[in-house]
Amino acid sequence: MSSDGIDATRTAPAAAGGPLAAVEPVPGVAKPDPILTASHIRRSFGGLTAVNVDHLEVQRGTITALIGPNGAGKSTLFNLLTGFDKPNEGTWSFQGQPLNGVAGHRVARRGMVRTFQLTKALTRLTVLENMLLAAPGQVGEGFFGAFGWWMWRRQEQANRERAMELLARFKLDAKKDDIAGSLSGGQRKLLEMARALMVNPSMVMLDEPMAGVNPALVQSLLGHITALRDEGTTVLFVEHDMDVIMGISDWIVVLAQGQVIAEGRPSDVRSDQQVIDAYLGTQHDEPQGAKTEEKP
Amino acid sequence: MDIMMTLALSLETAIGPIAAIYVLAAIGLNMHFGYTGLLNFGQVGFMLVGAYGVAVCVTTFGLPLWVGFCVSVLCSVVLALILGIPTLRLRADYLAISTIAVAEVLRLLYRAEFARPVTGGVYGRQSFADAFYEFNDRVGIIPPGSYGIGDVDFSADELWLMLVSWACVALALGMTAMLMRSPWGRVIKGIREDEDAVRALGKDAFTYKLQSLVLGGVFGGVAGVLIALNQGNITPDQFMPQVTFYLWAMLLLGGVGTLWGPVIGPVIMWFLLTLFDETLRSLASSGALPFLATSDSGALRHALVGIALMLLIIYRPQGLVGNRKEMLVNVK
Amino acid sequence: MRKGAHVRTRLVTLLLALIAALLAIPGTAAADAQGGESVWGQIRNPDSDDEGVEGVDIAVSQEGEEIGSATTDADGNWEVEVPEPGTYQVVLDEETVPEEFDLLQVPAGAERDVEVRADQRFAVVYRLVPQGEGDVAASPSESQEADSEDSGGSGEEDAAGSGAEEGEGVVEAPGVATGPGLANQIIGLTVAGLLFGLIIAISSVGLSLIFGTTRLINFAHGDMVTFGAVMAMIFSGTSMLTGLHEPFADVPVLGLVTNPLIVGTVLAVVCGAAVGGVLELFLWRPLRKRNVAMIQMFIVTIGVALLLRHLLLVVFGANREKYVQFRIQDMVNIGPIAITPRDLGIMVLSVLVLVAVASMLQFTRIGKAMRAVSDNRDLAESSGIDVNRVTVYVWMLGGGLSALGGVFLGLNQSVYWQMGFHLLLLMFAAVILGGLGTAYGAMVGGLVIGLVAQLSTLWFSAQLMNVWALLIMIVVLLVRPQGILGRRERVG
Repeated sequence: MSSDGIDATRTAPAAAGGPLAAVEPVPGVAKPDPILTASHIRRSFGGLTAVNVDHLEVQRGTITALIGPNGAGKSTLFNLLTGFDKPNEGTWSFQGQPLNGVAGHRVARRGMVRTFQLTKALTRLTVLENMLLAAPGQVGEGFFGAFGWWMWRRQEQANRERAMELLARFKLDAKKDDIAGSLSGGQRKLLEMARALMVNPSMVMLDEPMAGVNPALVQSLLGHITALRDEGTTVLFVEHDMDVIMGISDWIVVLAQGQVIAEGRPSDVRSDQQVIDAYLGTQHDEPQGAKTEEKP
Repeated sequence: MDIMMTLALSLETAIGPIAAIYVLAAIGLNMHFGYTGLLNFGQVGFMLVGAYGVAVCVTTFGLPLWVGFCVSVLCSVVLALILGIPTLRLRADYLAISTIAVAEVLRLLYRAEFARPVTGGVYGRQSFADAFYEFNDRVGIIPPGSYGIGDVDFSADELWLMLVSWACVALALGMTAMLMRSPWGRVIKGIREDEDAVRALGKDAFTYKLQSLVLGGVFGGVAGVLIALNQGNITPDQFMPQVTFYLWAMLLLGGVGTLWGPVIGPVIMWFLLTLFDETLRSLASSGALPFLATSDSGALRHALVGIALMLLIIYRPQGLVGNRKEMLVNVK
Repeated sequence: MRKGAHVRTRLVTLLLALIAALLAIPGTAAADAQGGESVWGQIRNPDSDDEGVEGVDIAVSQEGEEIGSATTDADGNWEVEVPEPGTYQVVLDEETVPEEFDLLQVPAGAERDVEVRADQRFAVVYRLVPQGEGDVAASPSESQEADSEDSGGSGEEDAAGSGAEEGEGVVEAPGVATGPGLANQIIGLTVAGLLFGLIIAISSVGLSLIFGTTRLINFAHGDMVTFGAVMAMIFSGTSMLTGLHEPFADVPVLGLVTNPLIVGTVLAVVCGAAVGGVLELFLWRPLRKRNVAMIQMFIVTIGVALLLRHLLLVVFGANREKYVQFRIQDMVNIGPIAITPRDLGIMVLSVLVLVAVASMLQFTRIGKAMRAVSDNRDLAESSGIDVNRVTVYVWMLGGGLSALGGVFLGLNQSVYWQMGFHLLLLMFAAVILGGLGTAYGAMVGGLVIGLVAQLSTLWFSAQLMNVWALLIMIVVLLVRPQGILGRRERVG
C-alpha cells in the first residue's frame, strides 16, 4: 500500500497549515499547545533501559504517531504514560496536571484512554455490556448504589442510547446482544475503539490498532481515527506500518532503543537518514523479535 | 424399605441445614470466582472466623448470641481486607496459594496452645448455641414436635435452624441477583474477563475486587456461624482445606458464574454423597463387600469428589445450569 | 480416548497399589523381625473419632523402674520404645486428660500390665468419654464412622486404625536430639532445619519445574510425596525384597545395598516417575490440547490430589507407621552435632541428589532444554526444542524426586496418608520463596523454609512452625513476588 493511495482518499494531514506548521522537526521540540508533556522518563528492566525519553510533547487535536523498530520501547512508553507501569524516574503531565504515580484507572478518568495491542474484549459480556461498562460516572457502579436501581435506571437508559449511537458508527449495532467473544478480530478492534470513546476521552492512545486486521478494515479504522481528530480528540498511536502512518499522521515521533531519535511532519521523517537507518535496518528481523518484545 | 430409608436420609441432608450452609458458602465462592474471577482456595478460612466469632463471644466472653453474630460478620470483613489488600494485586495463581495458606495459618493459630484461653485450642468451643434454640422455644416460631412426610422428618430445632439457614440463603441470593444486574455487577464481570481492560476504562478494579472479596467472605462467615449453631460445638480441625475443595466441587457441579448454580450444586452433591455413604454402609454391614471396611466409605467418598471435580471440568465445565457456549469462549 | 485416560490413570494407580498390597501381606511378619519392641497407642477424642487428644502423659515402667514416658501428639499418638520383650506396666496420668473428658475405666483403668513379645509393637487402648453430653454432628468434611472396630491390642493394625481425617495438619519437627544449652539447641535445630529443608527441596524441585514448563500449579504434588513414601513402605515389606536381603545381610556393602528399604526406595522412585509421566501423557497433555483454561487445570489437580490421597488412605490405612528398617539407631557425634546415621544418610543422599539434579540441569542436553522450556515455553518451542517431550521428562523427574522426598520424610518422621498434603504448603512456600519456575530457587527456598520452621521453635511453640513458614511465603509474595532467584516479569 502506498502512502499516496491513502492521501488521495483521506483528509489531508494538517501539515500544510496546521498549528504544527511552524514547529521545528527536532527531538524534544516544544509544541504550541501541548496536551501531554513528558520529561526525563526512564524505565529499565534489570540492566536494560527500555525507555529513556528526554522530552516529548504531544500537540492537542492532532494525530501523532509513535513509531520505531521492535524493542524500541513504544509499548513500554505507552504503559508508562497511561499509568500501567511505573518509570524509574521522570515527570509527565496531561492537560497541565501532573500524572506521576497516578493509577491507570485515574488516568483514564482524566480523559486519557488507551487500547491494547492484543485486544481486550470482555469476551463473556455482550457487545452492549462492553460499551455500557465504559460509561463514566455511573451511579449504579458503586456497591451501595447498585441496590438503588431507581436511581440509576434513567442514567442507564441515556448511556444505552449513546452506546447504540457509537455502535452504529462502528457498524456493530446489529451485534449488540452477541457476546464479545464471538466477534472477529477486526470487530474486536472496532469494539475496543468504540468502548474507549464511551469514556468521553480528550485523548485516545491506540496501541497498534491496525495489527492483525485485514486491509479492508484498515481503511475503515483509518477513517475512524481521522474522524476522531476532526471532532477534536487528540490521538496518539503506535504503529508498525510506515505507509499507514505517513498517510494520516500530523506528527511522527520515532523511537529507537528507548530514545526519541527524530520527530517531525511525515515529510520530515521520511527523509531523515537516521530514521531510515534505525527503522529499515532492523525491519528484517521483525517476526523474530515480535514474539519476545510484545508480551502483554 | 431400606432403600426408602436411604433415600429419605439423603433427601434430609440435601434440604437440611448442612446443605444450606454449603449453599451459602458456595454463593460466596461464586461471587469470588464465578463473577469476579478471584481464585479463592481459602473460603474455609471465612467459615472458620465466622464460626469462632459466635463461639468465642458466647463461651469465652459471655456475650449474647446476636453480638457474636455481628462479631462473626466483622471478622469476615476484616479477614477479607487483610487477605485482599496485599494479595489482590498478585496474579491469579499466587492469590490461590496465598488464600489457601492464610486459611491454613488461621486454623493453626486457632488451634495453637497460646490461643487456648480464647479459642479452646484443639478442643474448640462447646455449648454456645442454646440461646438460638431457646429463642425459638420462647417465641414459638416452630412449636415443638416432629415435622415431615414419610421417612423424611425433622425435629422442631432442626426445622428452626433450616428456616434461618435457608432465609440467609434467600437473602444472599437476592443480593447477588440485584448486584449482578446492576452496573456494579457489570464491572465485576468485566474484571473477571480482563482486569486491565476495565482499568483502562477508568474503573478501579482493585476496589471492586476487594468489595467482592468482602461480600463473598461475609457469606462464608455467616455459613460458619450456621455451622456453629448446627453443631453446638466446633473444633479448628473441622475447617481443613478439604472443605474449600468440596465447595469448589459443588460450585462447579451447579454452574460457575450463574445465580442458581451454587444453590443446585450443594443440594445435589449432598444428596448423592449421603446416598453413596448410606448405600456403601448398608452393603458393607450386610457383608456384600468383604474387601471394604465400613471406615473406608469416607475415604472413597473423598476420592469420588476428586473424580467428580476432574470429570466436571473436562466434560461439563459449565456445570448443570451454565451456558456451554459462554464457557467455551473462555480460552485464556 | 480421554475418558480412557482417566480410567487408565486410575487403573494404573490402583493396580500398582493392589499388587504392592498383595505382596505386602506375607511380608509384614518378616519385616517385623527387624524392628524393636515398643508400647504404643492412640488416644482419640470421643467427640469426633477422627481427632486425637493431645498432651496426655503416659509412663511405662518395669518392676517399678521407669523405662520411658510419652505425651500424646496432636493426633493422640504415643509410643514408648522398650528395651526387650517382657512385662511392663503402663500408666496413664489422669491429671493430663483434658477436663472435658474422663478416662473410661472399663475394662481396665489407667494402669495396665502388658506382655510385650519379641519385636512386637504392643498397642494399649485407652478410651476417653465426654464428661458432658456433646452431640456429634456431621462435620463438613466428613462423616466418618470409626467405631466399628474396638479390638484389643496385638499386631500392627488395631484401634488406631480408621479415622479418615488426621485432626492435625502439621508436619512434625524432625527428630534430632538436642542437648542442653542454647548453643546446643541452636546447633541441633539448625541440623534438623537443614534436614527438613533438604527434604522440602528435593520434593519441591519438581513442583517448581512443572510450574515453569506448564504454568500449572500442581496441588497433587504433596500426594505424590505420600505416594512415594507409601510405595517404599509397601515394597520394603514384601517377602521378595526381604528374601533378597537375607543372604547378604552380613556382607558389609551388599548388605546395605540390598536392604529392603533401599531397594524399595528405588522402586518407589521409579513408580513416582511413572505416575508423573502417566499423568502428563494421559491427563495434562490431552487437557492442554483441549485448551482447558489454566484455572480449570488447577481444579483438576485438586481432583487428582483428592483421588490419589484417599486411594492411598484406603490402601494404607489411617495409621502412622515407621519404616521397620533403620528405626532405632544410636546417635553419632560429629563435633557438637549429635545425629543418627539414618538422618546423616538422608542429608548426604539429599545433597548428592540435589547436586546431581543441578548438574543434570546445568550440563546435560535434556537439562538445558528443561530450563529453557521453563524459562520461556514459546521461545524454546520456536528454537526447535521438543517441548512435549521435555514436559514428560519434567513430570517424571518431579514424580521421582517427590517420591524420594516422601521416603526421606517417612524415614525421618513417619509415614501416613496425609504427610504429603501437609508438606504441600511448605513446598509452595519454598517454591515461591525461591522463585516459581526455577529449580535452583526451589532448592534455596526449601532450605530456608526448613531452617525457619525449625529455628522458630527456639522461641515459639512447635505448633506454630508452619505458620512462620507460610507467613514468610506471604511476605515474599508481597515484597518480591518473583522470589529470590526469579526474574521480574514485565507488565503490559
